[in-house]
Amino acid sequence: MKIKELITKPIISDNPIALQILGICSALAVTVQLKNVFVMCGAVIMVVAFANVGVSLIRNHVPNSIRIIVQMTIIASLVIIAEQFLKAFVYDQWKTMAVYVGLIITNCIVMGRTEAFGMKNGPIASFWDGIGNGLGYSFILIIVGFFRELFGSGKLFGFEILALTKDGGWYMPNGLMLLPPSAFFIIGLIIWAIRTKDPSQIEESN
Amino acid sequence: MSKGNEVTKTLLVATLLCIVCSVLVSITVVSLRPTQNKNADLDFKKNILMSAGLLEEGQDIEEAFSKVTPVLVDMETGKIVENESLLKGYNQTKASTNPALNTKIKPENDIAGLSMRAKLAKVYLTKNSAGKIETMIFNVRGKGLWSTMYGFIAVDSDTNTIKGFGYYSHGETPGLGGEVDNPSWKEQWIGKKIFDADWDVQFAVAKAEASSEYQVDGLSGATITCNGVTSSMKYWFGPNAYGKFLENVRSGEI
Repeated sequence: MKIKELITKPIISDNPIALQILGICSALAVTVQLKNVFVMCGAVIMVVAFANVGVSLIRNHVPNSIRIIVQMTIIASLVIIAEQFLKAFVYDQWKTMAVYVGLIITNCIVMGRTEAFGMKNGPIASFWDGIGNGLGYSFILIIVGFFRELFGSGKLFGFEILALTKDGGWYMPNGLMLLPPSAFFIIGLIIWAIRTKDPSQIEESN
Repeated sequence: MSKGNEVTKTLLVATLLCIVCSVLVSITVVSLRPTQNKNADLDFKKNILMSAGLLEEGQDIEEAFSKVTPVLVDMETGKIVENESLLKGYNQTKASTNPALNTKIKPENDIAGLSMRAKLAKVYLTKNSAGKIETMIFNVRGKGLWSTMYGFIAVDSDTNTIKGFGYYSHGETPGLGGEVDNPSWKEQWIGKKIFDADWDVQFAVAKAEASSEYQVDGLSGATITCNGVTSSMKYWFGPNAYGKFLENVRSGEI
C-alpha cells in the first residue's frame, strides 16, 4: 500500500472511531476543551505510530504465545514516555487530563493496529499506518471537541466566541455538552453522516 | 523447532523486551524529572498566589512569590514552629498521610470527614513594610461528591475577612460541582466573614442565594459538593485546626 493511502484511508473511509467503533472511551472523556483534544491527539498519534514500528521491528521474533503481552509492554512503555513528556512540557494540560493520558494504554485503537497491522507489515508502512489511524482518531475528536466546547462553554481554545448569559451575553450554555454523554450524540451524528455518504460502511442487519 | 527451544526463545524475547523497555522508560523519566519538578513547583506557587489574588496578569511567578513567607504552625498550640530544615520542602497534604507527621482527627471533631491531618500546617504569610502580617494563606482540604478537593484560602490579618479562595485540584463533575472553579463564584468569597462575634465559624455555602455576610451563593446541581465546602471550612477554621493559630494572631502573640 502506498504511504498516502495508509495515511488518508483511516481518516474517513476506514476511520477507527466511526467505522471500527474503537477508542470511544477517551473520545468521551477528553473532548470538553479543544486544547486537551489536541494534546491527547498528539500523544495518541505518537503512541500508535511508534508502537506499530516497535511491534513491526520484532514481529518475526515474537513467539505467538506471548505476542499480546509483548505488544502491551511496548504500548505501555510508550504511554509512560508520552506522559512524562506532557508532564514536562504542557503541565497545565497534563493536569486537567490526568488519568486519561495513562489510559491511552487501554485505547483499543493502539492494540488494534499493532495486532492487525504491525505484526504483519514492515516498520515503515507500520509507522505511516499508525500516523494515519492516529489522525483518523484526531479527526473525530476535534469535531467532537469543537462542538462540545463551543456549545458547552461558548469558547474555542479557551477564547470566548459566544457571550454567555452569566457574563451578560446572550448565549445560555448547554450543560449536557459538558458531560461525557454528549460526545455519544455527536459521534453518532458523525457516523450517520459518514455512512450516508458512503453506504458501503453500513453493517448488514441480520 | 523443538519444545525446549521454544520455551528458551520465549523467555529470551520477554527478558530482552523488558530490559529495552525499562531502559527507555528510565531514561525518559530521569532526564525529564528536573523540568517536571520545576513545573510542579511553579504550579503550586501559582495556585497559592492566585488564591490570594496576588498574581497579576503576566507577572513572573517566582518574583511574586518572593513576597510570601511560608511558616510552620503547630495546630495543637497555634504557635509558629521554627524548623528551617523541615520547612523546606514541607508539604502539608503529603504530611497528612505520613505516619510520622500526621495525627488522627477524633471522630467527634471530624466534621469534614478527613480522618487524618498533618500535625503541622504550612501557612503562607505576606507582611507589610513594618513586618506586620497582611495576609495569611491556608491549605483547605475537603470531601466533595467524587473527590477530595484541595485548595487555598487567603485570610486578612483581622483573621476574619476572606481575601481570596480557590481549589487547585478536585474531581467534581464539570459544569455542576466543577463550578467551584468558576471565577465569578470565587469572586463572591472575597470580603465574606468566616466568624461571627463569638468567633464561631459561620461561613457556609448557601442553599440558594447568599443572605448574609457569612455566605456565598449555592451552586445549582452541586449540593453535595457545596456541603463539602461548608464542612471543610467549618473544620479547618474551627478550634481543632487553624482556630488556635488565628486566636494567637488576634491576641497579637504572633
